[in-house]
Amino acid sequence: MNRIIILPVLLPFATAVLMLLFPRRIATHRLLSLLSGVLLLAVSSLMLWSVLDGGILSLQAGGWAAPFGITMVADTLSCTMLTMASLIGLTTTIYSIGSINPKEEHNLYHPLIQLLLMGISGAFLTGDVFNLYVWFEVMLISSFVLLVLEGRPEQLEGAIKYVMLNLLSSAIFLAAVGLLYGMAGTLNMADLAVRLPLLHHPELLSVVAMLFLITFGIKAAVFPLFFWLPASYHTPPIAVSAILAGLLTKVGVYAIMRFFTTIFILPETDFIYQILLWVSALTMATGVLGAVAQYDIRKLLSFHIISQIGYMIFAVAIHSPLAIAGGLVFIVHNIIAKTNLFYLSGIMRQLTGSWDLRQMGGLYARYPLLSLLFLLPALALAGIPPLSGFWAKLTVILAGIEAEQWPVVAVALFVSLLTLFSMIKIWNEAFWKDDPREEAHRDSGRHLHELSSREKIAMAAPVVLLGLLTVLSGLWFEPLFVIANRAALELLDPSLYIKAVRGGMP
Amino acid sequence: MTTLLAIIIGVLYAAGIYLILRRSMVRVIFGLILLGHAANLMIFTVGRLTKGSPAFVPEGAESIITRPFADPLPQALILTAIVIGFGVQAFAIVLFRRTYQTLKTGDLDEMRNTDRLPEKLP
Repeated sequence: MNRIIILPVLLPFATAVLMLLFPRRIATHRLLSLLSGVLLLAVSSLMLWSVLDGGILSLQAGGWAAPFGITMVADTLSCTMLTMASLIGLTTTIYSIGSINPKEEHNLYHPLIQLLLMGISGAFLTGDVFNLYVWFEVMLISSFVLLVLEGRPEQLEGAIKYVMLNLLSSAIFLAAVGLLYGMAGTLNMADLAVRLPLLHHPELLSVVAMLFLITFGIKAAVFPLFFWLPASYHTPPIAVSAILAGLLTKVGVYAIMRFFTTIFILPETDFIYQILLWVSALTMATGVLGAVAQYDIRKLLSFHIISQIGYMIFAVAIHSPLAIAGGLVFIVHNIIAKTNLFYLSGIMRQLTGSWDLRQMGGLYARYPLLSLLFLLPALALAGIPPLSGFWAKLTVILAGIEAEQWPVVAVALFVSLLTLFSMIKIWNEAFWKDDPREEAHRDSGRHLHELSSREKIAMAAPVVLLGLLTVLSGLWFEPLFVIANRAALELLDPSLYIKAVRGGMP
Repeated sequence: MTTLLAIIIGVLYAAGIYLILRRSMVRVIFGLILLGHAANLMIFTVGRLTKGSPAFVPEGAESIITRPFADPLPQALILTAIVIGFGVQAFAIVLFRRTYQTLKTGDLDEMRNTDRLPEKLP
């Protein structure tokens, strides 16, 4: 059973290689993508089930015992994240069949998405710090190429900022890895958790922890380091925006969660939580204030990603079992709702011919069903019961109240209001108000009946699926919370993780 | 030797950070490359420099090595990091060139279009 861990990495890789053998056959690419997406979702769900059933899985690559070889570990947190990643991978594949320009599909779009998924799966599953660096790079280089696939000026400009800041973050990551190895003599996460408390001179650890915080902070787009995100996420094709928005920043959050609950839990690194606390408040506030000012729907949603990251960081800053569980529930809810909103903005653009909210209008009158599908993720994001976002926010804020962090709790509640405000802004502008275009110029968008049935189904199916998941995970919140709670307990008591990796080694 | 390398690493970091703060795209990419090299050298140095003592078990020896030997792992890490860095930097250089051709400028201060709020509607 342990060998299954390699599959989520191997499957997208094999698919990508197979597709490269048929570079010009789009139909084959689509079929292989769908097949691999379904298989990946099945494998990751199976892994989640087996971890919940039988405890943490681990694999020593090449049979080299930890800490000498590369370790891959699947605990509840990684498997949950992996399941979400494969779900978003599959829905994005379906969505892009209807929305991506066929010219880009020729340009190796599908293999790149598979390689992106491979990097993300690897980052979630690895148990080795240097290996995490490698997976980050795999993920980044695929996202670089996806960003500039069409080569339009604004894409190149956005990509410059994205590439530069991410290269900087990689250089910092590498330096931190080097210093950590120099101090501890190991890079295996479980081994680090054992050895770091035994160091004779742990003073430098605070520097190393800070370096890791900065590099993951850039990837997760937290407060002073987020500027690359709103500069680039609105430029690529909407399917690419959606998968990047749904998954990439969450990998950074995952790394912060993993490092500051399993590895850096020493007196020397305690100050990190205080930093995280204030960073989280500022991230929530700046993100949502940026969003309120925007009229381009993709930019508005991009700023919302930042604001929502703040809640996840808040959960890590408190690091009580309830907070970590809440943080994980929040990540799951956010991945589903946020990706769905990006999918929906693509559909709105198809129907109105514009990304600018001021030029949209009258969608509610023409497409009431679409309006309902928009309301599900939008209200979930704002935290309206009984949708998933309500429970996620409730858990995080309850944990904040338990920890008596009143100022940040107040910020979180206020930001929630502003989130609702900006969702209502989209609703008012795009759905509620009259269509601002004169009857004569209405040809800028396309009517529903002008879309081919392939486009309609491919774009609607992911939206319906993710919308259903938002509702269902709100109505049946308990199973999700039980999984998250278990992940939190595993993270805060690393002994199980250590035992799974190192076996009986002292 | 360690002191010399430490000074070199310091100079590389200083030069790299100076360069990435410049407005010209070309200088920025050079700065990023220098930062990558600095990090690589740092891994090499903090992995302890042990001269003339490879991590090999001599032929016919009964036991494992007991003398201090050079740690091969930092070198393996650097090798991987160099390969990855090379690939990513090559991509970045091509991207910068393409951007220069499309936007007709290499000045980062002129690339503000994606950060601005869109103009008011006519």
